[in-house]
Amino acid sequence: MRLTELSLAEARKRLHRREFSAAELTEAHLEAIAALNPRLNAYITVTEELAKAQAAAADRALARGDAGPLAGIPLAIKDLFCTEGIRTTAGSRILAPFVPPYESTVTAQLKRDGAVFLGKANLDEFAMGSSNMTSAFGPVENPWKRKGDEAARLVPGGSSGGSAAAVAAQLALGATGTDTGGSIRQPAAFCGIAGIKPTYGRCSRWGIVAFASSLDQAGPFARTVEDCAILLRSMAGHDPKDSTSADRPVPDYEAACRRSIKGLKIGIPREYRAPGMPAEIEQLWQRGIAWLKDAGADAQEVSLPHTKYGLATYYIVAPAEASSNLARYDGVRFGMRVESDDLLELYERTRAQGFGPEVKRRILIGTYVLSAGYYEAYYLRAQKVRALILRDFTEAFSRVDVLLTPTAPSAAFEQGAKMDDPVQMYLNDIFTVPASMAGLPAISVPAGLDAQGLPLGLQLIGRPFDEETVFAVASALERAAGFTHLPQIRAGV
Amino acid sequence: MSLDSATVRRIAHLARIHLEEADLPRLQAELNGILGWIEQLNELDVTHVEPLTGPTQMALKMREDVVTDGNIREQILANAPDRAGDYFAVPKVVE
Repeated sequence: MRLTELSLAEARKRLHRREFSAAELTEAHLEAIAALNPRLNAYITVTEELAKAQAAAADRALARGDAGPLAGIPLAIKDLFCTEGIRTTAGSRILAPFVPPYESTVTAQLKRDGAVFLGKANLDEFAMGSSNMTSAFGPVENPWKRKGDEAARLVPGGSSGGSAAAVAAQLALGATGTDTGGSIRQPAAFCGIAGIKPTYGRCSRWGIVAFASSLDQAGPFARTVEDCAILLRSMAGHDPKDSTSADRPVPDYEAACRRSIKGLKIGIPREYRAPGMPAEIEQLWQRGIAWLKDAGADAQEVSLPHTKYGLATYYIVAPAEASSNLARYDGVRFGMRVESDDLLELYERTRAQGFGPEVKRRILIGTYVLSAGYYEAYYLRAQKVRALILRDFTEAFSRVDVLLTPTAPSAAFEQGAKMDDPVQMYLNDIFTVPASMAGLPAISVPAGLDAQGLPLGLQLIGRPFDEETVFAVASALERAAGFTHLPQIRAGV
Repeated sequence: MSLDSATVRRIAHLARIHLEEADLPRLQAELNGILGWIEQLNELDVTHVEPLTGPTQMALKMREDVVTDGNIREQILANAPDRAGDYFAVPKVVE
């Protein structure tokens, strides 16, 4: 078996048994990246030297017997996490020259635990997108192919498209992502892997390039649910530098994966059906219900009546916060600058050339909905609808323990599709946005293939800070689904 | 509500983003498409609903009002597109 094929848990076990070294494991991944990244474009920056140094340090720690929980585990880091001394672009031209002098809290914790950073993963510009097509560093190719249509290049989803593609193609054992409206869960579903957005506040946002601060949350990708659990334990935890990070102990998520789900109540929200959703997704959802019942859980229908308003609410709240957060890119303190003799023109030209079309659209929408005379009609109304969305979930969780839904309304689509109408692209996030608006933990688990051979995911949404139940049910779903399919493009093939 | 081209120019100026005249019609159509779609929120009666500002219902933590870092001038200036000594440099703004 190739070292790149291993699960993170298996690699960890064998590293501790010294069956192979962290240096060998890292080298195998660097070779796979050298072979496939020119095509997939999953990494914007490959940090070969750093990875080798970290692997050597992990080997020394393993030899001494004081290795951290992630010693020698090679990961991809979404290029939205600031990494000290390593260029961090957020997928934008405006940050192309930016080298952070500090490390984000999440990546600092992964380093603390011994992880190896293979590189910085591609993403939609400032994490704004559902296809990775808005990256200033080019699109990412999904390693999966439609049956009989090898020529078509599909999107990996977004915004964490590079992270998801890297893990699916075995160019990393796991990856970090961030999720504002579905940016971990939708690419996980499109690439046939697992990905969890934990509860808002579970991971520190310090040092993550901000998009929409009341929604942004970091989380892991991996090829198994258990691997996600291992990574989340290292990423999570209170941070005094983020006032919204939760001061709560971080549970043993790995242990939660082995919990029985007997007697748990699974809610099936009747509103999670989209116009034009393929019948296969509905069928997969029904199979998911049956699998969880077979594992001893009870299923019942619940209603989340404001679901259909989630996306429109999101497209007020997120752009409003983005327009404020992105005001800092002015060509003065960091990032690119377009020179001018006039300061106002310097700002306007720098931002015009530095931001891509989707980012500009969202900044303009956000500026408009916050501008004098429109604040109440848009932003305040959206915050009130957000309260109604949260109330729906709170009521549902008085009756059930976890919700089961499809992750996305379609499988991966072709690069360039849905680009003419921004609203069509936004509809990708119809099932992921409501949990983001309510700050709830939610995971996508690969559960089956469609008729064209593309992966489909099922989503589980849990109560605030109850990632353990989410992991328990996700593991049961994973065992029942038995998803062992692999993408056509992957290391060594 | 539909944005006319003067409003699009005005918000672009507020956002400090230069717009090329040629790009204006397409941008105006896209923004109106998004805003038209958002109008669906007007179907809801939100009269007695308290706005939700963020998903965390917890009180923000207080901390001591003290300096926790400092003497990192070079780190702060390291990414400056232009600097003059220990300062960020911009075009002359006062004649």
